[in-house]
Amino acid sequence: MEVPILKQGDFLIATFQAALSDADLNQLRRGLVAQVVKFRSLGVIVDVTAMDVMDSFASRTLREIAHMIRLRGAETVIVGIQPEVAFAMVQLGLTLEDVATALDLEEGLAYLIQKFKSVD
Amino acid sequence: MIKRYGAPVSTENSLTEEPSELLRELVAHLRQNRTQLREEWVGRISETRLLTAMTKDEIFAEATSVYDSYVEALETETFEALQAYARNLSERIIPRGVETHEVVGIVLLLRDVLARSLFAKHQTDFKKLNRILGAYEPAANRIANTVAVGFVQERERVIRQQQEAIRELSTPVLQVRERLLILPIIGVIDPQRARQLTEQLLRGIRTNRAKVVVIDITGVAAMDVTVANHLVQTVEASRLLGATVIVTGLSPEIAQTLVTIGVDLGKMNTVGDLQGGIEQAERLLGYKVVALQESR
Repeated sequence: MEVPILKQGDFLIATFQAALSDADLNQLRRGLVAQVVKFRSLGVIVDVTAMDVMDSFASRTLREIAHMIRLRGAETVIVGIQPEVAFAMVQLGLTLEDVATALDLEEGLAYLIQKFKSVD
Repeated sequence: MIKRYGAPVSTENSLTEEPSELLRELVAHLRQNRTQLREEWVGRISETRLLTAMTKDEIFAEATSVYDSYVEALETETFEALQAYARNLSERIIPRGVETHEVVGIVLLLRDVLARSLFAKHQTDFKKLNRILGAYEPAANRIANTVAVGFVQERERVIRQQQEAIRELSTPVLQVRERLLILPIIGVIDPQRARQLTEQLLRGIRTNRAKVVVIDITGVAAMDVTVANHLVQTVEASRLLGATVIVTGLSPEIAQTLVTIGVDLGKMNTVGDLQGGIEQAERLLGYKVVALQESR
């Protein structure tokens, strides 16, 4: 199932569904990295609230997305990681170092807005 | 169909009575002599100094219901009612400090009292006595078993409940300001408690929409490497939920442990004491505490 990418002002928002195949993740990565420059977005929010399992591939892809988007000149925030998922990820050593995280979509938006306020 | 039951006895008329018939006869006997047998039992209970936590009247009242349920269990050969009664009884008497040996003791006393009355009744007819005991003993043993198991189960349930309560009490997640939680940890942390603590904290972050968490471990004297690692993981998991963790009150021993396991200090935000931790948290959240001039 393809992940829709929504444009919201200066930001892009991608919301994960419960079950995503590796191909879907790859497609999402391609889509986000292409669109972030196309729409001249400042930031990207990836919402993973619906994911109750996060395997190593998904978490590596998230990190790659964040790093690629930074190279394309924008910021990424991962939002909505479930408490159980967060701890399971840490135990597996998937800590998403140097990727910004926030509690939910609202927090993620607030983080990005705060971040780019000083730029304006 | 006629079943053989109990000890082998001569065949004359022993095969004509089924065990259920014997039990019925037994029950009738116990009903008939209810008052006398019950009193004898209560007498034996106080003689052996069991149930000292209860008054004489209470013992008598309980003994009456135990006696009746006992007879009923013998009669119906179903033990559910007795089991329920045993659980109910345990629930009432455990808080008063009644011990397992007392409960088992009184049930065994009742078994002895009833067996003696059977001896007395059938002392002239040995074969009959043998058959009656053959029917009585397995049932009586099963009753004693049921009551003892019920008591122990109830006790274990109470213990489990208390353990849970202690654990929950010992790790409160408190909100001190909008979006600021503190988690004071006191006492020994074993891996199980550490896991529970993490769960509670992560859930607390979610429900209170916390941005900053202060974990105060002033009350923890030492922790082993496993728990220290767990603490670091908790800090990282909290970050994944978008919350910053400040750890305060590390004892020299814990600092030593953390250094030994080689914690990446870039990930750990530590402050000397709880006050400092809260002050830093307030700075992160953009609060500024200003003293009122009038107050002294």
